[in-house]
Amino acid sequence: MTTAYINARLIDPKTGYDGKGILVTDGENIAAFGPDAVAPANATVVDCGGRILCPGFIDMRAHRVDAESALKGGITTVILQPDQTTVIDTDAVVERIRRRSEDSETVNVFPMGTATRGMQGSQIAEIGQMQQSGAVGFTDCRTPVSDSQVMRRLLEYSGYFGALIVQFAEDKSLANGAVAHEGEIATRLGLTGVPAAAEVIQIERDARLAELTGARIHFALISSRDGVEAIKLAKKRGIKVTCSTAPHYLHLNDNALEGYRTFAKVRPPLRSEQDRLALIAGMADGTIDTLVSDHDPKSADVKRLPFGQAAEGLVGFETMLPLALAHVHAGKVELMTLLRSLTSKPADLLGLPSGSLEVGAPADLVIFDPDKPWRIVQDDLLSSAKNMPFDTLPVQGQVWQTVVAGKSLYSAA
Amino acid sequence: MSTQTTGSASYPRAEVSPPSGQLFPHKHLLGIWALDPTAIKFLLDTADGYAEQNRQAKKSTSQCEGLTQINLFFENSTRTLMSFEIAGKRLGMDVTSMSTGSSSIKKGETLLDTAATLNAMHPDVLVMRHADSGAVKLLSEKMDCAVINAGDGRSEHPTQALLDALTIRRRKGKIHGQTIVISGDVAHSRVARSNIYLLNAMGARVRLVAPPTLLPKDVDRLGVEVCHRMDEGLDGADVVMMLRLQQERMQGAFLPSLREYYQFWGLTHEKLKYAKDDVLVMHPGPMNRGVEIASDVADDLDRSAIEEQVEMGVAVRMACLDILTRNLRDDTSSGESKA
Repeated sequence: MTTAYINARLIDPKTGYDGKGILVTDGENIAAFGPDAVAPANATVVDCGGRILCPGFIDMRAHRVDAESALKGGITTVILQPDQTTVIDTDAVVERIRRRSEDSETVNVFPMGTATRGMQGSQIAEIGQMQQSGAVGFTDCRTPVSDSQVMRRLLEYSGYFGALIVQFAEDKSLANGAVAHEGEIATRLGLTGVPAAAEVIQIERDARLAELTGARIHFALISSRDGVEAIKLAKKRGIKVTCSTAPHYLHLNDNALEGYRTFAKVRPPLRSEQDRLALIAGMADGTIDTLVSDHDPKSADVKRLPFGQAAEGLVGFETMLPLALAHVHAGKVELMTLLRSLTSKPADLLGLPSGSLEVGAPADLVIFDPDKPWRIVQDDLLSSAKNMPFDTLPVQGQVWQTVVAGKSLYSAA
Repeated sequence: MSTQTTGSASYPRAEVSPPSGQLFPHKHLLGIWALDPTAIKFLLDTADGYAEQNRQAKKSTSQCEGLTQINLFFENSTRTLMSFEIAGKRLGMDVTSMSTGSSSIKKGETLLDTAATLNAMHPDVLVMRHADSGAVKLLSEKMDCAVINAGDGRSEHPTQALLDALTIRRRKGKIHGQTIVISGDVAHSRVARSNIYLLNAMGARVRLVAPPTLLPKDVDRLGVEVCHRMDEGLDGADVVMMLRLQQERMQGAFLPSLREYYQFWGLTHEKLKYAKDDVLVMHPGPMNRGVEIASDVADDLDRSAIEEQVEMGVAVRMACLDILTRNLRDDTSSGESKA
């Protein structure tokens, strides 16, 4: 099947291309793109109406697949975290997830395996075998690998396979029992807080270990100003560190906890306004490499509890693009930088063939209107649960179509 | 070391009559944070009336006859629970108490299920204590009746702050302008938080004195002075409120030992010399004698107001129950309330 997407603003973050043109897909791949591309006579023509067409988003951190929701958010590749009912720590589990993804016409799913067996933090997981089966990274999810010796060996060993280790940047003992950012709000609400130092300590230790071993390391969900600084310094020293953050850390600070709103309970916690601003700056200057949703549907049963007992996490697939675009509209972050953090950068880190508009690349595409105003409505979400703190928030920018392997799988009404 | 001054703690907030004409325009009493000075004063004035009534031979009235009060305590308590029970009974309410041991929370029922169950029994007032901050607010969202917070986690304990304020007002004549020291485990104390909000609202000067490990982060931004040394902290104090030190926090995690704590932060007559001569010593109880307070200070009849606090506790709780149920009673002027 050949499809020609005409009248589009093509953006390819990998090459920095941004211009009007046509993109042609043939079967599962991109056949041609650019201002001079010609729509073949037999092609189905899709008029993009001047909307942006770019590579489909690659979400490096999701706890559930939630395909419908992902597609509505313009996400064509979901990187599933290993904290599933059956923890992803063997090649068999990885293989099952990969096969299910390949056999079905839906969003691409690549799992991350655990970094240590059963996420226990003591024995290295079977990284080589899981990688062979299709795991694209290794992480213990929300459990940091605390033991320095284990982490060192993990980095050494994974370095041999070129595997990406993703570390949750949080010092375990400083974060013990914490449910909020340590500061005025937590003090007033009577909640146990974790200082930003917990994040910095973990980053700095692991950056040293990455330097020692020469391996690369990725930090999931940077939440603080000092965390951004630590990453910047490590990069300056030439250490192979990268990091991501999520749109909610760019959009909210710990004031969102007011009234004990458990929908704003996430980990790491929402931090202060200075932290939020520093994260936006970190996105703008490229210190933060990738933007992830940290999509984590949680039912009301585990969210409608006293704050200390309530589950962490929010659903983020459908709100990722509009929330991130807010900083583009505010003139803080370049559109190209933002799209790079959602496409080519995660593709590079994970070694995926998608994430670009190159001829021959998978035809995983998103077409979106960057300016369209709309209101986030909790009940309109397609996700399996509706836990998120953005209900009724007016935003700009909406996905129009999501294409996976040449087929349009989501189309806005 | 240094004494920091922040905020305008020493100035009273403007007292204006609320436009609704209602002196206490709230359905629940969840915390002091949401109250303005008018509402606080109204509660204290009403409680003052009950304090007098409680000293008479005939202490009970029937003004709340037929109303149902449920005390739901998810945390062990004897003093507060009993105080609420007596308060309800003196107003003529039907009082039922339930504490964790006998509830199905231990069987895995969620708080909101409990709320639905209790709500179906149509109580008129629910008094609740819970170990989690914000739990009482969460439950109040599902209840049709008035909810009184009897302490939630480290968040608030509004009736304790009110009874402390009433005690101060009766002994000192006013709250405004008093230098009030709160000393002890502020970090884990809901009593401290409620007191800070209330005393600030009423124009007192609040000073916290505690070792750094027992002070929560950014507490100075709540409009208090922060101090670590007792001699500096007690300087010129009109009132000293000691907080209870939980024994489990003493095993080396926050403090090295009880002995060391007592030496540096235990309230003794010697340390009290730095305060004003007529300093009032308070404690929310139960006391750890020889830990946060010396026995002879606690028993000092001239200075200690600890028993009076307990007495005021009943009066304050009667006032809260009375005010929150007024909309349910035909004749709001009934009873002996002097409000």
